[in-house]
Amino acid sequence: MKARAFSYHRAHSVDDAREAHARSGDDARYIAGGQSLVPALALRLQAPRILIDINHIEELRGVRCDGEWLRIGALTRHCEMLTDPLIAEFAPLLRAAAPFVAHPAIRNRGTLGGSVALADPASEFPAMMLALDAEIEIAGTSGRRRVRADDFFIDLFETAVGPGEIVTAILVPRFRCNQRICFDELARRRGDYALVGCGMLATCKDGLVETIRIAFFSVGNVPTRARSAEAVVSGARIDADRIVAAQAALDRDLAPPESDEVPPAMRLHLARVLLGRLLARMSEAA
Amino acid sequence: MNALTSLDRPNSYIGRSVPRPNAKRLLAGRGRYVTDIRLPRMLHAAFLRSPYAHARIISIDVDAARALAGVHLVATGADIARICAPWTGTLDHFKGMTSEPQLPLPLDRVVWAGQAVVAVVAESRALAEDALELISIGYEELPAVVDLDAARQPGTPRVNPSGTSNICFRTQLDSGGVDEAFASAAHVVEEEFSFGRHTPVTLEPRAIVADYDAESGSLTVHHATQTPYQFQDLYARHYGIPEARVRVIAPDIGGSFGMKLHVYHEDMAVVGLSILLARPVKYVADRIESFVSDIHARDHHVRARMAVDVEGKILAMDIHDATAIGAFSTYPRTSVVEGNQVVRLIGAPYDFKSYRAVLEVVFQNKVQTSQYRAVGHPIACAVTERMVDLAASQVGIDPFTMRARNVIADNAYPTASPTGYKFEALSHEICLQRLRGIMDYDALRTEQAELRQRGIHRGIGIATFVEITNPSPAFYGVGGARISSQDGATLSLTPSGEVRCAISVTEQGQGTEAIIGQIVADQLGVAQDHVKVITGDTEVTPHGGATWACRGAGIGGETALQAARRLKANILEIAGLILQEQPSALDIIDGQVVGVATGQLRLPVAEIARIAYFRSDTLPPGTQAQLTVSHHFAPQGYPFAFTNGIQGCYLEVDVHTGFIKLLKHYVVEDCGRIINPMLVDEQLRGGVVQGLGAALFEECRYGETGQLLNGSLADYLVPMAMEMPDIIIDHVETPTADTILGAKGCGEAGTAAASACVLNAVNDALAPLAASINAIPITPARVLKALGRY
Amino acid sequence: MSSEIDDAEEAVRVRFTVNGRKVACEVAPRDTLVDCLRNALELTGTHAGCEMGACGACLVQLDGRAVHGCLMFAVQADGARIDTIEGLSESGAIADLQAEFHRRNALQCGFCTPGMLINAHELLSRLTEPSRAAIRDALSGNFCRCTGYEAIVDAIAAVADARAAKASQEGSPG
Repeated sequence: MKARAFSYHRAHSVDDAREAHARSGDDARYIAGGQSLVPALALRLQAPRILIDINHIEELRGVRCDGEWLRIGALTRHCEMLTDPLIAEFAPLLRAAAPFVAHPAIRNRGTLGGSVALADPASEFPAMMLALDAEIEIAGTSGRRRVRADDFFIDLFETAVGPGEIVTAILVPRFRCNQRICFDELARRRGDYALVGCGMLATCKDGLVETIRIAFFSVGNVPTRARSAEAVVSGARIDADRIVAAQAALDRDLAPPESDEVPPAMRLHLARVLLGRLLARMSEAA
Repeated sequence: MNALTSLDRPNSYIGRSVPRPNAKRLLAGRGRYVTDIRLPRMLHAAFLRSPYAHARIISIDVDAARALAGVHLVATGADIARICAPWTGTLDHFKGMTSEPQLPLPLDRVVWAGQAVVAVVAESRALAEDALELISIGYEELPAVVDLDAARQPGTPRVNPSGTSNICFRTQLDSGGVDEAFASAAHVVEEEFSFGRHTPVTLEPRAIVADYDAESGSLTVHHATQTPYQFQDLYARHYGIPEARVRVIAPDIGGSFGMKLHVYHEDMAVVGLSILLARPVKYVADRIESFVSDIHARDHHVRARMAVDVEGKILAMDIHDATAIGAFSTYPRTSVVEGNQVVRLIGAPYDFKSYRAVLEVVFQNKVQTSQYRAVGHPIACAVTERMVDLAASQVGIDPFTMRARNVIADNAYPTASPTGYKFEALSHEICLQRLRGIMDYDALRTEQAELRQRGIHRGIGIATFVEITNPSPAFYGVGGARISSQDGATLSLTPSGEVRCAISVTEQGQGTEAIIGQIVADQLGVAQDHVKVITGDTEVTPHGGATWACRGAGIGGETALQAARRLKANILEIAGLILQEQPSALDIIDGQVVGVATGQLRLPVAEIARIAYFRSDTLPPGTQAQLTVSHHFAPQGYPFAFTNGIQGCYLEVDVHTGFIKLLKHYVVEDCGRIINPMLVDEQLRGGVVQGLGAALFEECRYGETGQLLNGSLADYLVPMAMEMPDIIIDHVETPTADTILGAKGCGEAGTAAASACVLNAVNDALAPLAASINAIPITPARVLKALGRY
Repeated sequence: MSSEIDDAEEAVRVRFTVNGRKVACEVAPRDTLVDCLRNALELTGTHAGCEMGACGACLVQLDGRAVHGCLMFAVQADGARIDTIEGLSESGAIADLQAEFHRRNALQCGFCTPGMLINAHELLSRLTEPSRAAIRDALSGNFCRCTGYEAIVDAIAAVADARAAKASQEGSPG
């Protein structure tokens, strides 16, 4: 398990990184936390000619408020999700999801931007982008652009990030006092990829859910919003009947693929159970 | 023998929880594992592996690989076959068993996905892997035999075309009276069980550095193994090197559990590569390679029937065990021992007469299975204990009551099992009582009932077990294997009065060196930190069986005890001459010779050593001080020292998700004389957790074409800290009378019954829902399926 | 084409501070940090168990945080501070943990132990009195095949208690 030989470039700015990528004839990989990339290289599943290290690009760091948005630099480590006061206050869903992301030492190194850019459908944070209605800032040839999470995830490990482009920041609408969050997942062991996981963000008024965004992971090729279930719950008081109806609606939202260990019907069942539990928690919070 | 049990006198180490002296190095990162070893001019090997489970090799093109800078050798099967004699994994006492001859690398056919085909030796592992990418092998794919049941069907493709079927071995046990017992029984219960393939997953992968010196014709192998002497013999015979010129050194070993005592094709190849190059060659299996080349274990389908009378007394058992072992039987211990132990251990704790079992061992196109911690025990125990619970439920009695009515009574020994195992003395009844106490069983049942009212489904499971330890030559020697059941020690009093003990049992972290030091210090009457224990080097210690089948304490410990007594007698003989006393009037306490009657200090042992080594002229003429003794001990009497115990498990099943939370685990165990209670407890805990991993998580999953689907540490789920419970342990001590020490083994007891306990507990939790589980591991998918949830 | 593309096999010089000492060594870009520590620097106390971040045997401290030595390349650590089991042992920073692991026999083969200690060290630097569940959670990425974990949890809990008791003694007025 030794990587194929590559050369290494430590980039000091986004432009520097992108230029190095272009020089390689696009036979390059950016490395941020590297917690998924390094094993792929060791297994020779990927073998770029050049590895471009973006860990030292200062402009990709930092968490700050930007108007109605919380701007989270792409290099923000998973462990910072657990400790950063701005994230706790303005993006508590990320704070809630963070303990479930792998293990402490992985969280010390892995980055939010890397996780979102990789778009592993079994990962927590990409799905939370959907629940949060976040926007992903991408540096490309024509400068920076922002892509809504709903438009970001295209297919398995395929996103709106084009060749040579870099995710520079995640922008999350600032959490408001009339909002509620819930997160949980069903993983065989602590830190494993979940059999199914779900996070949700509801905007409430007078004990009613005005709007809700429900996002699942580990249910298919991409992180997936449960729009039918959202419709069932939106504008309503969450009660037992409403929960059952939302669970039933999941049939229309999720179509888990075949897998040797978790048959699609089982995964759908687990998604319904998890949705039920989270909505029950949400009803107490609302 | 007060001397063995009293902890009051100085140097009474037997029975004391002494921390392991050799552990401090490991805590400081100062271990020296084979993976750490770097020798001058050392090269690194890597292997190209078969992508197919079964295929003919049509062509191998290695030219580009050979041309790569930094590559020293590219070797195919034919290259190594020229210098290595083939081996066959059969033993004579398994009548009729067959297996094909094996070579380090195949000549014309691959028989499992992951089998090593071509070796590259280069200046670094990375370069060797670069060269692997340049090799092209042409294959013609052959039909693969993957599934255990399919392998047994007539007309199935054969794993070995020269054979007549896929059967490796078949045997039958029949005590008689089985059909009659079933015909007259008040109740008959039946069940079919399936057990998933596991693999040991030692944290340090297999590692070997072979160093052949062409000038002297001698071979030194640094080998992460439990059994250096076995490998000294094998490397000598298969490579035609005189045994005395083969040295095998086993330094610190990063876990073994039975996995590192088998012959692996790559390891044998690496010795050949070093001979071909006359340079040191290192090979460390990476984790991906480990999953497809380390032995697997426990791939069994069992059909079981049990007949009981109206009171719940067991009358008979009828068993069919089919097990699949891969394409070859493993060398030199074979792959049939596991199945053999399954059919012989089933029912072992219980007093009944009529037993019948058929064992079928079949080949398939997967990596070999063989002995892994608690060989066969978990399967025998799970089958037996689930059947006992099913019978108890049929009769309408509590699982504890059922067992109390059926275990062999503590006063019934010596006796034998219906399968012919001879039991010297076991303690099932007292263990049952103790377990009931430490579990607070009645309170758990009350709590369980209350929680069920609230829709919380908890389960309580218990499992009685018998463990095989201290094997005599009946285990391997009689079958023709050159695997020793005796051990040897060389014990010296050093000139400064300290003690050096070189002994053939080996250390993999279980505390072998610690307990040997305790025994020697205790028996000699010196402080333990004045005893240095040396293990793991065939050049340094006498030949011996080393460490497997829970023999380190019982056989190695007795070897050390007897050697220490001989050395003590020799020391006191010299002391008697110096002090003008009868040796029998003298003793040694805390490094001082004392008068037995008076307890008065007479002479430091160090002074005896000084005189004997440097002033022998002051001793009476004709005196030859023997301050080094070499001593061997081979077990006699019972062929095995059986141990016993019982485990309990308390868990919660989430009936909506199929997830299981282990809440608490309990063990009552009887391993005879306990030398170091803390180390015994930790053997049990570690063993239990391996069994719990098996119960809930571990399974080598294969696709239809024989590809391992979860061959990485991210996909093969080992037990981790968060999911494991705390484990409460109690002991009963029934020493064996076959030795002075009285110790039996304890390393496999934890693993033997843990998965059976979980199986019973899960079924206990599911019982009100009319669902049952008969497969291990118990995954969420299996639980939900049993509950009809999807 | 840039020259860097052709340099894939060329060794590059990296400088870092390892266990408090400035070190320079030559590595190939593809050498992982754990391989560099073990081979070039002969710090073999850090072990490689899976080379994909699933076992925790290779944990080292990078700028004070526990990271997997198998999940980054040595070149990436240029300029960083790295502390391994050897350095933490020599400095005495984890002496109490090591002593308690020894007393409680919280190790058998010892292959996982350096990673366990690095992780425990980080846990106790962040949480002064972790619950048993919090300790188990923190160890969730460290595989031990020998002990069954309980002794390790016991040892870490005992050290946490002892440190807390010491801190409260020192904090309380004489």
